[in-house]
Amino acid sequence: MFENFKARAEASGNTEVKRFATTNEALGFIEAFLEKEEVKDETGSYAVWAKSPILEQFNNDAMAQKFPGLNFKVTRELAKGAKVGITQLKWGLAETGSMAQDSTDVEQRLASALAWIHVAILPTSKIIADIPALMTKMHPKNDKYITLITGASKTADIERVLAIGVHGPERLVIVCVDDLELEGAAS
Amino acid sequence: MKEGMSASIHKALENQNLAGILDRWNYPATRAKAFEGVDFEALRSKIADIKGEAAGHLNELAETFKKNAEANGIKVFIAKSPDAAREYIANLCKEKGVKKIVKSKSMATEEIHLNHFLDEFGIQSDETDLGEWICQLAHQTPSHMVMPALHLTKEEISDLFAEETKQPLDNDIQKLVKVARKAIREKFFEADMGISGANIAIAETGSIVICTNEGNARLVTTLPKVHVALVGLEKLVPNYTDAAPILAALPRNATSQLLTSYASFISAPTLNDDGTMKEVHIVLMDNNRTKMAEDPKFKEALQCIRCAACLNVCPVYRLVTGHVFGDIYTGGIGTILTAWFNELKSAEDIQALCIGCDKCKEICAAKIDIPGLILEIRRRAATKEGLPFIYKSALQVINNRKVFHTMLRTASVLQKPFVKEGFIRHLPMFLSGLSEYRSLPSVAPSPFRDIFKTLKQPKCDEKAAFYAGCALDFVYPDAGVAIVKILNKAGIEVLFPEEQSCCGIPHWGSGSFDMAADAAERNILPLLEGDPKYIVVSCASCTTALKKEWAKILKEQHREALIPAAHKVASRTYMFTELVDKLIKEKRLTPKEGIKLHTLTYHDSCHAKRHVGLSKEPRDALSAAGYEIKEMNECDTCCGMGGSYTLKQPEISMQMLKRKLENIEATGAEFVSAECPGCLIQLRGGLDKSGSKVQAIHPAELMVDKFK
Repeated sequence: MFENFKARAEASGNTEVKRFATTNEALGFIEAFLEKEEVKDETGSYAVWAKSPILEQFNNDAMAQKFPGLNFKVTRELAKGAKVGITQLKWGLAETGSMAQDSTDVEQRLASALAWIHVAILPTSKIIADIPALMTKMHPKNDKYITLITGASKTADIERVLAIGVHGPERLVIVCVDDLELEGAAS
Repeated sequence: MKEGMSASIHKALENQNLAGILDRWNYPATRAKAFEGVDFEALRSKIADIKGEAAGHLNELAETFKKNAEANGIKVFIAKSPDAAREYIANLCKEKGVKKIVKSKSMATEEIHLNHFLDEFGIQSDETDLGEWICQLAHQTPSHMVMPALHLTKEEISDLFAEETKQPLDNDIQKLVKVARKAIREKFFEADMGISGANIAIAETGSIVICTNEGNARLVTTLPKVHVALVGLEKLVPNYTDAAPILAALPRNATSQLLTSYASFISAPTLNDDGTMKEVHIVLMDNNRTKMAEDPKFKEALQCIRCAACLNVCPVYRLVTGHVFGDIYTGGIGTILTAWFNELKSAEDIQALCIGCDKCKEICAAKIDIPGLILEIRRRAATKEGLPFIYKSALQVINNRKVFHTMLRTASVLQKPFVKEGFIRHLPMFLSGLSEYRSLPSVAPSPFRDIFKTLKQPKCDEKAAFYAGCALDFVYPDAGVAIVKILNKAGIEVLFPEEQSCCGIPHWGSGSFDMAADAAERNILPLLEGDPKYIVVSCASCTTALKKEWAKILKEQHREALIPAAHKVASRTYMFTELVDKLIKEKRLTPKEGIKLHTLTYHDSCHAKRHVGLSKEPRDALSAAGYEIKEMNECDTCCGMGGSYTLKQPEISMQMLKRKLENIEATGAEFVSAECPGCLIQLRGGLDKSGSKVQAIHPAELMVDKFK
């Protein structure tokens, strides 16, 4: 399942899929990533991290101190000035390399739709087959706003030439974590 | 055809941006890859079932949707007319003090010219889909339903952006996209209202589904405090799970993607980032859709999921774009929607652009018979207002065998001063436009019906009635002689019913179904005289008439008497190479050994490939007879002849021919073959005019000396 998901996701445009056995390793990768992307406390270089179950697995304040531009409260202004937006996704779809987000909480949308880079955390165990399978897991009755995300924001509106990063992220980094069992975003 | 139409076709043909862009995309190949592992036929049957059923219950579904969405906190308004929809939105803007609107792509808002309407109230609407924004800056309507600005080059777009953002720009597409991102980003934050469309509306849950690649719909529905979605009633489906097959087909067929970057299901208002509750309004718009659903023929068009695949494969659309072929909705399906949403009158000129090649029908994600419905528009236009005089009189002549045949015989004498090697070399001035890219064939000195009487045939028990069709009878009689010789070798004696005349396809194609039925009635009994085992046809279009259309048209015209005989004709009818292939496989025809191999490329006529499904049989027969087949690019794309289409739309026809000739030449083959004398007239004339060495020949003539 994971291999199919990875292959399809990485073919969907400016998308990388990483896989880690433990949450700690994944967090280590994210810290290194924030450092590499030079996240700092100025417009255009913020990182925003929307409410996610993974946030309960580590000391958020300590990380925020390490990266002065990192914010765990997502506002529209911070998201607008963010280089990196981090969210946790509910399900992965192997058939299309997509992820399902419970977007009911506006923070989830702001962090994943406005930043230049979207870091998407996905429990590896939550990769399922396809949309029909997802429909047995997520239902509009419970989730008021669901988004399926497949690759980075893109267009071919000028001469059918692919261009990445139109209104949303120009890069999608999917971080699959094997020992993360908790589902999706807090609504 | 009105002069305005003719001028706009001419203008469109001079600008081949869109054709070139679609060519470079290579849609058929990328689409095939996207559908790997998917059973397209099963998928589209499912969509047709779901949406067909929904089309039968639009009012109930709208009420269910309203009830469920309102229970979730969404305000739903069912608008009968464009006026009602516009007023509702304008009043809402007034009530909320809205001055600025951001929009994601919505054809429904284009349909009711919403931006223009709101502008009159001092409300500024900005499109945020890149293509739509480009069209807005250029003050143009979309030329394509999925990729609205495909007709513009990066140079033109760069100029538009430079003017809008007041800075000098170069033509780099990646940079231009970032310029747009920056310019539009501010608008999202400033807007008081976001307006979107919807790809699907789910009655059971009161949800709308919106697909985008750019991510603009997510911002339109997130950043402003009010969200309004304008949704045509035909987007309704009963259940949540009904969205799955549509999401599987739409991106694959539209842009060769497995899924769009974003697909959002919105089912209730959610909190804004300042803690207030968002207002969500959904306007379900009728505008003649329920009336369309009551029409037994056109109900089918409501199944459309707006993937625009019918545009991508249409040989006419590719040449003239949606600015000529369509109105707000473009191409084949656009012609039908325009007829209903903007009244029949406005579709009258556009319908004439369809050549009836059926390419779109093959690829439609909702199994809509697009060419059949365009023909129905043509038929209704014909019965309502009569056909333009010139076509009507020509068709009446064709239906009077004696008059028509006498005319052709006279032409054969009168054309003599102009004829050289089987082509008419000089035409009187007023007809010369027809021969700019293609020499016109001359009428043969003796028609096949006369030559047939002189042929000596062995007496055989097995008989085949030969239906020659007008073009072979009077223009290419040699092919008829070849057919008789080949069938004789298989021990089949050929009969030629003298009473046979035009098969009615030209009348059918012009929407004159009554005349087409007359044609069927005249031919059916003569063809069954002598109880032949086979009825062999040398022309793919006529084959379609005999195999499929005669029985159907008699039924539609309520002329029951000959229907059983029409079925009998259909069951005995073979296209010539179809019969030869069968006879070879039955070992009744044995190819000669040790003959020199020649190369040929095979042009699939639209009727052979898509109306009667014959593409393998001709190739198998020709290969067995000693021809190496070198496939051309787009071998099954129409050559532009289309019967009388070439007379009605000469400029488009010639451009289609030009593309076809380039594809033929690129194969390096010695011959091009097609089993349709109409295609052969077009191809042979085009090759002659361009001075090509490639010869266009009917399969019968290519195979005549290849069997023992």
